[in-house]
Parts: sequence; C-alpha cells; structure tokens
Amino acid sequence: MVNLEEFTNQLAGEFEDVDPSTITPDTNYREIKNWSSMYALIIIAFVDANFDVQLNAENLKNTRSLRDLYRIVSEKSKE
Amino acid sequence: MSFVTLDNISFAGVSACVPHTVYSNLDYSHVTKEERELFIKTTGIKERRVAGENISTSDLCYEPAKQLIEKLNWDKNDIDVVIMVTQSPDYFIPGSAIILQHKLGLKKSCLAFDINLGCSGYIYGLYVLGNLLSSGQLKKGILLAGDKSTMSTAFTDKSAYPLFGDAGSATALQFDKSADTMYFNMGSDGSGKDAINIEHGGSRHGIQKDTFDLIEIEPGISREKRHLKLDGIGIFNFALREVSPNVNELYHMANEKMEDTDFFIFHQANKLINESVRKKLKITDISKVLYSLEKYGNTSSASIPLTMVTEASSDLITKENTLCLSGFGVGFSWGSALIKTNQIVCLPLIELM
Repeated sequence: MVNLEEFTNQLAGEFEDVDPSTITPDTNYREIKNWSSMYALIIIAFVDANFDVQLNAENLKNTRSLRDLYRIVSEKSKE
Repeated sequence: MSFVTLDNISFAGVSACVPHTVYSNLDYSHVTKEERELFIKTTGIKERRVAGENISTSDLCYEPAKQLIEKLNWDKNDIDVVIMVTQSPDYFIPGSAIILQHKLGLKKSCLAFDINLGCSGYIYGLYVLGNLLSSGQLKKGILLAGDKSTMSTAFTDKSAYPLFGDAGSATALQFDKSADTMYFNMGSDGSGKDAINIEHGGSRHGIQKDTFDLIEIEPGISREKRHLKLDGIGIFNFALREVSPNVNELYHMANEKMEDTDFFIFHQANKLINESVRKKLKITDISKVLYSLEKYGNTSSASIPLTMVTEASSDLITKENTLCLSGFGVGFSWGSALIKTNQIVCLPLIELM
C-alpha cells in the first residue's frame, strides 16, 4: 500500500480539469470543482484497479476527505 | 455460478438495427457543458439512437430478422423456434416473439416466446435457443434481442437518460452435428432488484395517483415512478464483483486460454465499467476488446450482436473466430459464453427511419 501523499497525488490525477496541486489529504473531495456523482465512480474504479479494494456506497457516504478514503482503503486491503 | 456446455449448434448469422435518429450527449441541455464533457469522457458515450413513437421494439427486431432469413436463404417453413429477449415488449400481453412469428411469416408449428432479461439477455437467449435445438428435433431458430430503453428514462434524470440507446437484433442458430462445443457460465442475484428498476406499472405497484409525479431524488436527478432508476455505484460494484470471476471460470472450465480468443465482446454498459472489467481480466491487447457504445450507448440485450455487426463484421464474414461474449446487468443477472464462429452471415447495420 502506498503512503497517504502518494495516494492523494495518484487520485488527484484521476480528476478531470482539477489542478492536482490544489488537492491535499484533507480536501473534502465532494467540494472540488465541478464535483459530480461521476467522480464517485472514478474513485471506485481507481481504488479497484490500484488496490483491488471495492468501495461501496456506504464507504463513500462515511468519508469526506482523501485521508478518510485512504484509511478505509488501507483497512479493506488488509482483509 | 453455472457452467454448462452446448453441442451440435452452429452460429449461422447475425444482424442488427438502430433507429435513424441520433441524440448527441454534447447537446444534453439538462446538465452543464462541463458535466456533459465529463460524462462523455468517463462513460465513452457520445451519441445514442432514439426510436420515435412510430418505432416499437419488435420493429427494431423485425427488419434484421427478415433480412437475415433472406440472406441465409432459409426456408421460413424450416424455422422451428423464435425467441425474443426484451424488457420493453410492444405490449404487456401478448409476447413480442409471437407477434413476430406471424409478421415474419413463420409457420404455426413454430415455438415463440419471450425472455424477460436485459443486459445479460443475449447470453441467456443463445443458451436457451441452443438447447431447444441441440437434440436435433427442432433444427433452426431465430433469437431476437432488443429494447427501446429510451421510452423509460426521464430527460431530467442525468444518471440514466444519457446512457441508453435503442436497438434490435436477430441471430440465427441451427442444429449441426459438426459444430464446435459452446461454453456458457451464468448466474443471478435477485438481491440487486432495486439497483436497476422501474417501480410502477407492474403488478406490485400498478399505476397509482403518484405514478406520473416528477420527484426530485437529488440535484440533477428527477424522475417519475414509471421511469427507470439506476443505482450507479451499486451496479458498478456488482460488475466489479461478478464479471471477471465469471469469465475466468468460463475459461478454466472450458480449458481454453484467453490468448486464443479473437474478440471479447462485452455488454456495452459504459466505458468506465467495461475498462475496469478488462483490466481485472488482464486483457492487454485492447484491439480485441470491441466497443460500440461511443456511437450507440448502452443498448441493453442488443449490445453484443450490435457490436458484432458494427465492429467485427469483416472478420466474422471472412474467417473463423473464437469469441468471448459477456452480458451483465439488470436483475442482477450475468452470463458469459465462449463460442466459435466460422464465416457467418453478418449483415451491415440496418437503420430504421
């Protein structure tokens, strides 16, 4: 599992039209520019492809920041 | 999962049909220009074909069936079975296959019935029709698969409206003792019934006072209870969970290698889902993974035959191919098939005015 900074950088690169330097571990990802539900699917695809972890709707509902996401992915990747 | 084999069945031909009218998702005025562009980039769906009020689902299957029978030079009196896979039948009753038995001029001793499946339906249809023919008592059959999905989506629902296109198809199978074995692997999980659902209009809720009330679910998503609803995250997770193990098991049980497959033709859900499935299957030669969704969107049970027609016709006509087909979606229901085709009839795409 990569560290939090690397996770943040990689995920920030998945977002269209968003300057990756504006994304930090504490960014509330629902507040990034032009956020739409499409981003939820992009996050799920990214996490599945890179960490073989599946995030469900409940997981996403319980997260706000990229730090929260990283914690859930880390926990689930150990299962 | 249920792995099964099918012998004595050859794949004789395939044809597909779409309405002439094109809807571009760049023009989808319900959402901002930025959202349209993100949608197209993520789902891969630029355009869709939409059937007007004058075109029904059976119309979208009639023309490809008629032309396919002609091109195969089949005597209509030799066609023993016609099966229609659809979730948007012309009428609640009777079934659409029966209407088409008559309209196509098929004999009265022809078996005709519908199968109520969507995105997985082509695989199930092949298996059911193939089984009816495999003993050799019934010899020739036509599988029709199509949907007019756009009749069920609300313009004001950005989670469903821009995804779907209308299409119909016809596939001809026949009893043939020299045919290669076909392999199938199928499954169902009804716990996903709410993930893709039209709530009102059936015997559970019927048509009520609020059936036609436009209800806002969240910003950008308003629909009536007669409309199709989609739980995008639930569907995505279903596809990630079920499809690649299903296809891997198919190869394992069939004792075949993915490297020997000429084309992977998957249900055209959307690019994000399909590419995720491709990566999970570790298919690196992307030229073997065919897409029609850019121009036709998600075409439900017609998506696999439509993709064969629009993306692989010259190979299908001129040589022998091993095809991996996989359908997955509403139900949840899914299935995959490994089949060989040899210089089949594959008609050019038909457009209905």
